[in-house]
Amino acid sequence: MATSEADVGGRAAGEHKQGLYSGGLWSWLTTVDHKRIGVLYFVTGLVFMLVAGLEAQAIRLQLARPEQRLLDPEFYNQLFTMHGTTMVFFAGMPLIIAFFNFIVPLQIGARDVAFPRLNAFSYWLLLFSGLFLYSSFFFGGAPDGGWFAYTPLTNRQYSPGMGMDFYVLALLLSGIGSIAGGVNFLVTIVNMRAPGMKFMRLPLFTWMALLVSILILLSFPPFTIGLVFMFFDRSFGTHFYDAAAGADPVLWQHLFWVFGHPEVYILVLPAFGVVSDVIPTFSRKPLFGYPVVVFSGILIAFLGFGVWVHHMFAVGLGPIVNAVFGGATMLVAIPTGIKIFNWIATMWGGQLRFKPAMLFAIGLLGIFTIGGLSGVMHASPPADLQQTDTYFVVAHFHYVLIGGTVFGLFAGFYYWFPKATGKMLNEGLGKAHFWLTLIAMNLTFFPIHFSGLLGQPRRTFTYAEGLGLDTFNLISTIGAFLFTLAFVPLIWNLWYAWRRGRPAGPNPWDAPTIEWTTSSPPPHYNFAVIPRVDRRDPLWHPHIKPGLGWAGEAEPGGVFPRVQPDDAPEPIVMPNPSYWPLVMALGLSLATIGGLGSLPLVFTGVALALLGLFGWAFEPAEGGH
Amino acid sequence: MGPTSTGIGNRKLGMWTFIGSECMLFGTLIATFLIYRGRNVVGPYPRELLNIPFITVTTFVLLMSSLMMVLALAAVQRDDMRGAKIWLFMTGFLGLIFLGGQVFEFNHFVHEGLPLSRNLFSSTFFVLTGTHGAHVAGGALWMGTMFTHAAQGKLDSNHSETVEIAGLYWHFVDVVWIVLFTLIYLLE
Repeated sequence: MATSEADVGGRAAGEHKQGLYSGGLWSWLTTVDHKRIGVLYFVTGLVFMLVAGLEAQAIRLQLARPEQRLLDPEFYNQLFTMHGTTMVFFAGMPLIIAFFNFIVPLQIGARDVAFPRLNAFSYWLLLFSGLFLYSSFFFGGAPDGGWFAYTPLTNRQYSPGMGMDFYVLALLLSGIGSIAGGVNFLVTIVNMRAPGMKFMRLPLFTWMALLVSILILLSFPPFTIGLVFMFFDRSFGTHFYDAAAGADPVLWQHLFWVFGHPEVYILVLPAFGVVSDVIPTFSRKPLFGYPVVVFSGILIAFLGFGVWVHHMFAVGLGPIVNAVFGGATMLVAIPTGIKIFNWIATMWGGQLRFKPAMLFAIGLLGIFTIGGLSGVMHASPPADLQQTDTYFVVAHFHYVLIGGTVFGLFAGFYYWFPKATGKMLNEGLGKAHFWLTLIAMNLTFFPIHFSGLLGQPRRTFTYAEGLGLDTFNLISTIGAFLFTLAFVPLIWNLWYAWRRGRPAGPNPWDAPTIEWTTSSPPPHYNFAVIPRVDRRDPLWHPHIKPGLGWAGEAEPGGVFPRVQPDDAPEPIVMPNPSYWPLVMALGLSLATIGGLGSLPLVFTGVALALLGLFGWAFEPAEGGH
Repeated sequence: MGPTSTGIGNRKLGMWTFIGSECMLFGTLIATFLIYRGRNVVGPYPRELLNIPFITVTTFVLLMSSLMMVLALAAVQRDDMRGAKIWLFMTGFLGLIFLGGQVFEFNHFVHEGLPLSRNLFSSTFFVLTGTHGAHVAGGALWMGTMFTHAAQGKLDSNHSETVEIAGLYWHFVDVVWIVLFTLIYLLE
């Protein structure tokens, strides 16, 4: 097992290409290949997204008509808590990390990430923490304190059940994996670039991945500590959030949102990165104002750490604090607006091709902008005092998170699916998916702007008749059903591609970045020859004509080689598969379960994790060369 | 995996990155400690319990361990394996003495009526210094592992980067303690 993967590369490249996704269960449990880990993340994220979507469906069903009793209030609380927590931590984050995994090493011309085994470790922690969180349904009820788990509601006194313990421990566990992922991708992008791939030549998606890694590294630790405090308060009787002992429960809100707001940009910046790669490709024009788009991204990431109090305007921190944070929040609209205008200017005068990826990217421009505008509205504290905790805020963040993150990730899905699988998706089904999603999304979330402004509070399991809320809620519920239906063409399309998808070839879209120089799917080692990059958008070098220039290497420039050879000229050393990351993740997960109240289990888990750590440290990381 | 884009090894850059993240971790703990300073509603209060001379001694021991770490790295780099063994052992050993002092201090506090759940000071103090202690314990384990490797003859100047990375971590943990010592024990 330890030797086989390492030395096959050079000699039998063709054989290796077919093997990217083949192999039994053991090969998946021990894989350290960034592409296979990317696929694992993607499937996991998609399943959690469907589960959280069904939770939302149940919520909408309960709200379809006034004064219904389909769900009892306690269960309703669990549903909205799990919906939010799942969508952010176990659907949004893994789907983003899935794209980082698959695409970033290919875009920078690397053969894997900097720490392949750490990468596998992050994935297993995510999977186990998600399963652990969902197991709470079978052990006395899921968390029910909302996804931001405000104290004192979540103190032991007011949330005596085990639900919030599951929340705290699951997010602590997944946070370890996220921080490890942040280290991994930052080092990968800074250190593993191909020759000539300078920072200002990086594709925008990779740029955003770099910024998101920094955001993860700086924002997760405060949240982790906030969770540790909550864990100690609930389990050991400390007083971090106990007002009676002189503490300030608002501390949790600060720790949560100083993480929570950058988290929003962690979710949306990768979508911006996808769109910045997709729109140029399908406009056949280089991105308008590349450096400006990069620096706007940096500015958004930077401002992201200075606006968290806008989630807390109603707490009463005083007019000066609120005004400063309100102003800072409005500033975010500037770099975001710059990006939107740059994307429009990229399309201006281009040869537009409305493939599904492009449709989702254009959809993002429209829908995200609507969400951005309502965001600017409650950036103003007086307006926010009217809107806070109403459905207006719910409408706002679903517009930015669906219009931004989900549309962006779907654009990326349609764009890179041929690269990942070697098969083309059906275009008609893709367009049907887009239009259904677009209509359903607006049908669901536009009406609740109005019900929110009329005062419908979020997280309340029903509402009285005759308040003018009935119609808006009914339309929203119908939209939610359509939204679920919108996934049918997507699943059908996956089945279609699997059975009848046309072969994709290395570069089906005539795209300009170097992930399109290697075969689809890429071989285990990505690049038989590490490419040398001469310019930004290297495959659009003037000597390369669309659809024609792929055969010859007569005119130099852009990137060398323009098409990867089938066989590597020299043996390639690749990381060995390893089961130690799985062992270590299992150990930490056992310790986490023990955190519910079993000290022996904690010790067993820590011992297993240490065993995994030492096994990991002392096995040879790379093949026997 | 060959040379990197920056010339800095992946693992070393990874450690620096991790240390950046750790700054936020300790920063949050320290900020909480400072915010909650002097807000106890029940005793015992910090001034009644903190034994500054004792902790000054253990602080000195921890700082000396950083010196041992420097000597260990220098020894490994010039292939002086006998020196490397001594200094690696001493680094971890002094770390353990520091930890012993911390265990003694924790015990003393509990006996003086300040268990973890007593008041705000106990909550913030134990979690903050406990987190730091856990870092020292992890570092000591790391030193022990490298010492074992050196004793088995598996460590030489080709692996000096491993020792250097461990040193980055060790020095960082020491620097954090200097901040904690100042803020917890010396600040009036």
